[in-house]
Amino acid sequence: MTGALSLAYHAESVGVRIGPATLVEDVSIDVAHGELVALVGPNGAGKSTLLSVLAGDRSPSSGTVAFDDRDVRDWTPGDLARRRAVLAQDNQVAFPFRVWEVVEMGRAPWQGLSEADGDEEAIAQALATCDVAHLTERTFTSLSGGERARVSLARVLAQRTRAVLLDEPTAALDLKHQEDVLRVARSLAHDGVAVAVVLHDLSLAAAYADRIAVMERGRIAALGSPADVLTPALIERVYGLPVHVLDGPDGTPLVLPRR
Amino acid sequence: MADAVVTPVGAPGLAPASRPRLRAAALFVALAVLLAVGVIASAGVGQLTVSVTEVIGALLRGIGIDTAWAPSSKITYEALWQIRFPRVAMSLLVGAALAVAGAVMQAVFGNPLAEPGVVGVSSGAALGAALGIVSGGVLAGVVGTASMAFIGGVGATLMVYVMARAGGRTEVVTLLLTGIAVNAFAGAGLALVIFVGDSAAREQIVFWQLGSLNGSRWNEVAVVAVFAVAASTIALALARRYDLLALGERTAGHLGLRVERLRIVSIVLVAVLTGAAVAFAGIISFVGLVVPHAIRMVLGPAHRLLLTGSLLGGAVLLVWADLFARTAVTGAELPIGLLTSLIGGPFFFYLLRRARARQGGWA
Repeated sequence: MTGALSLAYHAESVGVRIGPATLVEDVSIDVAHGELVALVGPNGAGKSTLLSVLAGDRSPSSGTVAFDDRDVRDWTPGDLARRRAVLAQDNQVAFPFRVWEVVEMGRAPWQGLSEADGDEEAIAQALATCDVAHLTERTFTSLSGGERARVSLARVLAQRTRAVLLDEPTAALDLKHQEDVLRVARSLAHDGVAVAVVLHDLSLAAAYADRIAVMERGRIAALGSPADVLTPALIERVYGLPVHVLDGPDGTPLVLPRR
Repeated sequence: MADAVVTPVGAPGLAPASRPRLRAAALFVALAVLLAVGVIASAGVGQLTVSVTEVIGALLRGIGIDTAWAPSSKITYEALWQIRFPRVAMSLLVGAALAVAGAVMQAVFGNPLAEPGVVGVSSGAALGAALGIVSGGVLAGVVGTASMAFIGGVGATLMVYVMARAGGRTEVVTLLLTGIAVNAFAGAGLALVIFVGDSAAREQIVFWQLGSLNGSRWNEVAVVAVFAVAASTIALALARRYDLLALGERTAGHLGLRVERLRIVSIVLVAVLTGAAVAFAGIISFVGLVVPHAIRMVLGPAHRLLLTGSLLGGAVLLVWADLFARTAVTGAELPIGLLTSLIGGPFFFYLLRRARARQGGWA
């Protein structure tokens, strides 16, 4: 499907080294507009590092990352913020801002531009989409972990960018909200947004992603459609755990540890 | 949840709450009234008591409007304009500058316990100013002392900033420990300066160090005014960026904020504000802690209101504190720095305990 769509990200043999440690090595990956790519892999496999390179936070030690046909490091912070939004793993707010204010911060890149006229509508829609409209007057610091995660996601949506990077958006969420968040991600992709998501739950990734990149010790061990990538042999090798891969009732693969 | 994506408009209507706006208006009116009353009271009360009408009359005559209220005695008029008014003006400016400096510092450190006095910026500025006083010549002049205080303030702020941050965050314990170190170092420097100075300079430094608005002159007021107004204006212009900083520097960066640049500008602002205040009023601690905190409790943390409220609140606090310092003990004047620490100290304890309870430790 990548061929038909314009590329948001084109990363070529990206490597990240800090001192003697190699966090990411020789990773090449594309993310097209309208596509949801899941990054999976064991802890410390380099998923978050790769995401931060795509986000432009971190310069790769080797290789290049092109974003919207330009090196990601060449964009000014403002231009980048109008083109891609990032949900970090750890979302804290230092002072007791109200939820509405936190989501409004997602509109900051558009301040002073004609798009700012749509602020209220973008905020309201993002709040509704993430199921947090009832929390608008609460302070962020008073929310539960799951509520914080959803409000932070709403902030990312309010930014209205054509690329979205989500680092473990489901980590603090219950079953329903996990599904909800990925459904939101899915519908973003449906609307032409390029979405890259770091996930831990392989079955969840299989159900919602167009493509899955399995990372193993900094490298991409496999990249392709869920059905192609999620084989018992590969997962056992990467995770060191024997698994069953079953056909789910809706046809998507289900990954279960062999117990 | 998912269907809301398909229908873009028509989400539940939510006007940005009008309640906080009302609150803000009420608070600003209250602060303005307190400020006006404080100014008139502070100008009127003292060894020479001047009536309210005479204070107002003298003020008006000073700006060229002659009224029946103007004081009949020339001595009263001169006393007001030579002694009382510059002092009141200085208290307003110093209070506003310190409170805004505190608010900016808390925004940059993402920590409500950051304050120029606590983390050592004030003592750094004091060391600079003291060096200026002792070295004499140009540096002992009004502008010279202010510049030296500014340099000392920048040095101390940079040091705290470099030492107290780890992985993009400032932990309370590191911040306070750094403050202890900076305060100790600046204190030792100050002691050394007093040691080597001649007796006149010594006395000047010791009294000034305690914090006092006594003997404020118009030329000093003018210097503080220029710095305080300029720096506060810039801080207010940056208000919305400070809001973003609350999300953490990485996320703020994702929203297009040039975090490093904002930080450097803010450090200079804090140093200018603190230096201007400290240069002529000595070390007045805790204003930058108490005022922004109180304002935040009423108005919330959004920085446009917080900075404006802190500016007003700081001015109010110091006008009244100075009035109290002058009149609490008959025949003597309490150092105002002592007074603010007396109130600020316990308040700081309370904040510490709360921070500890909330964060579950000294993180």
